[in-house]
Amino acid sequence: MSRLPTMEFDGVIVGGGGAGMRAALQLAQSGLKTAVLSKVFPTRSHTVSAQGGIAAAIGSEDPDDDWRWHMYDTVKGSDYIGDQDAIEYMCSVGPEAVYELEHMGMPFTRTERGRIYQRPFGGHSKSFGKGGQASRACAAEDRTGHALLHTLYQNNLKAGTTFLNEWFAVDLVVNQDGAVCGLVALEIESGQVVFVKSKATVFATGGAGRIYATTTNALMNTGDGIGMALRAGVPVQDIEMWQFHPTGIHQAGVLVTEGCRGEGGYLVNKDGERFMERYAPTAKDLAGRDVVARSMIQEIMDGRGAGPDSDHVLLKLDHLGEETILKRLPGITELSRTFAHVNPAREPIPVVPTCHYMMGGIPTNVQGQALSRGTDGNDTVVSGLYAIGEVACVSVHGANRLGANSLLDLVVFGRAAGIHIEEAMRQGISHRDPADDDVNSATARLARWNESADGESVAVLKRELQRIMLVNFNVFRSGEHMRRSIGELAELRERIARAHLPDKSRVFNTARLEALELDNLLEVAEATAIVAEARTESRGAHARDDYTERDDDNWLCHSLYFSSGKRVAKRAVNFAPQTVEAFQPMARTY
Amino acid sequence: MELDLPEGRDLMVLDVLELLKARDPSIAYRRSCREGVCGSDGINMNGRNGLACITPVSEAAPRGKLTLRPLPGLPVVRDLVVDMSQFYRQYEKITPWLVNDKPPPAQERLQSQEDREKLNGLYECILCACCSTACPSFWWNPDKFVGPAGLLQAYRFLADSRDTATAERLAALEDPFSVFRCRGIMNCVSVCPKNLNPTRAIGKIRTMLLSQGI
Repeated sequence: MSRLPTMEFDGVIVGGGGAGMRAALQLAQSGLKTAVLSKVFPTRSHTVSAQGGIAAAIGSEDPDDDWRWHMYDTVKGSDYIGDQDAIEYMCSVGPEAVYELEHMGMPFTRTERGRIYQRPFGGHSKSFGKGGQASRACAAEDRTGHALLHTLYQNNLKAGTTFLNEWFAVDLVVNQDGAVCGLVALEIESGQVVFVKSKATVFATGGAGRIYATTTNALMNTGDGIGMALRAGVPVQDIEMWQFHPTGIHQAGVLVTEGCRGEGGYLVNKDGERFMERYAPTAKDLAGRDVVARSMIQEIMDGRGAGPDSDHVLLKLDHLGEETILKRLPGITELSRTFAHVNPAREPIPVVPTCHYMMGGIPTNVQGQALSRGTDGNDTVVSGLYAIGEVACVSVHGANRLGANSLLDLVVFGRAAGIHIEEAMRQGISHRDPADDDVNSATARLARWNESADGESVAVLKRELQRIMLVNFNVFRSGEHMRRSIGELAELRERIARAHLPDKSRVFNTARLEALELDNLLEVAEATAIVAEARTESRGAHARDDYTERDDDNWLCHSLYFSSGKRVAKRAVNFAPQTVEAFQPMARTY
Repeated sequence: MELDLPEGRDLMVLDVLELLKARDPSIAYRRSCREGVCGSDGINMNGRNGLACITPVSEAAPRGKLTLRPLPGLPVVRDLVVDMSQFYRQYEKITPWLVNDKPPPAQERLQSQEDREKLNGLYECILCACCSTACPSFWWNPDKFVGPAGLLQAYRFLADSRDTATAERLAALEDPFSVFRCRGIMNCVSVCPKNLNPTRAIGKIRTMLLSQGI
């Protein structure tokens, strides 16, 4: 094979969402040659869909609010497998990271005193769970993600970041020392394949909700970073932990923010009963998302679901009054009208728990460096590779993420990775260049699809994968179904390896992209299935009907998954924050 | 192509595109969030610009015949995919970031609720290009007329109480083309999928430019 054209940067960030653009900004401002490589124009990234807020103890609504309370809530929310050093870092740096966004121009909603408006969100409390509900989610109406993403894009334009927009990342280039030297990417418009060489490669590729047939995620959330990592031999951590958001619009899957309940909305069953009072007497509708989602499914299974098929529950907002709804929740008013044909100021919104967020991902340290495991069983840094945002598992979300913590995760760790790379570049990074063979092997799957002559279609195989995951890896999971699915997915792997790409054209060939995405979906789905079956307990979002209790003796740990040999291992959770005492596991009630 | 639509559900135009693509994978269009916030799938449906993902088929094609075309006025790359560089260039031209020449405070800059309210109807733009590609003035001078989307954002920063570059921003817009090629046709207002009003924002910029001249 002839040599690929090469582009060279100090830092390449794959993904133009909140995490990627925050990291890029840090690098570009320090004068490093930085590129953001994104398969969509950056403001189309899925961060744009985040609605309710970004959590940080800035003390606008409650001057006494304390980042340590936020840390406690996050640890408890994670069901105790979030790393406490990382959570400590995120919650303590959070206020500064939010102020920076405001200084960049982010149009936050304001309080009467002109400060940033904060709203209540699920699982956020005062005084370490003893002081009642906290208002900690800093909001720009119910379009916080949109406001954040556009602000970051604007500031990257100002900083002179290079954007490789509508470029698709194919695979990592790893040299014989195991160092990541960049990646092979495809320029979508021209079809040209290029080796993008860099001293630091940062994955900010987002989630993979599209492994499920219904999800709040965008159509492009196909786990490209996870696929590339696993193929390069990098493990993934806690990949069995998938958050089901309580309020996806029934059938459409579109999200309506937890901020609806934060502003005073609540869930009712077909009898009009506010059932969360039974499941979570204190926090009620603002309990952890895993708790609310399970309660909703329980109501539906007990025959108290609403609608002709008794298959959803109702989110009631009409008592808030039209003015509050229009002022605080204008975006969800639009979405409810479009996708549920209801006006939330008059009628309740039909909702059902819907796949929303991947808590797991590429394990990293607090600086965003990707981690693997050495032969001695200790963590090793994957030279040249970073991961931030949803694709990473640093881990601040553990087994269940708190609402409004994802946007915080993006900016805090995007920033942290940027700072670390800056420092590393100052000290001078050098690693051996890749051999031509290392580059060529990153083009292998592209060649496979390009040479396919016949076989099943991508659309059919994708639908099959999404069905398997939706049915068997939902809010409740059973060992028997999971074991059967693992077999089905192994079979699907064979079928995908023989599948057909009929359109071989070069220019803006989206069929080729969907084929490459299917490879990634499969990696995520299979990892999820194998680890979910292996974790024989119920914790956070992982609820099994054959192991219904949390098992701290055996599973107060991260899972690690290596694609070679489809191997599952355990990794210790960090219980060593630097400035506070660690929070020890307790029974988790709301 | 003929397509039988499933009974009992009013599909969005994007759903129809996805059904067609499952049949013929070579059909090319952009799409992502499928809920009207990412701005990827601006296209022309039966003669009218809009987002495919939030336009019901019943609304776009009340008589059952749906004609899909790429957004008008921009070079076509393939099928429904247009080259948007000219559109983005106009956005970049208006200095689309907050300028404040004072050092930032330790906390957030304060802004009154009244001042923040002035950004409503402006900051929500999703850069889908439905407005600018529906604008005859933009078709005619896509290199010199900033167009409704860019001007809406120009006003978003002019209207922000935290921005200190008003004079520079206005100076950059006072040539005969950037703003003044707007003829008040208001196609932008009638097609905006987010119900924003670029014409009103352009009017406010004109007023600022004129009152500055006095």
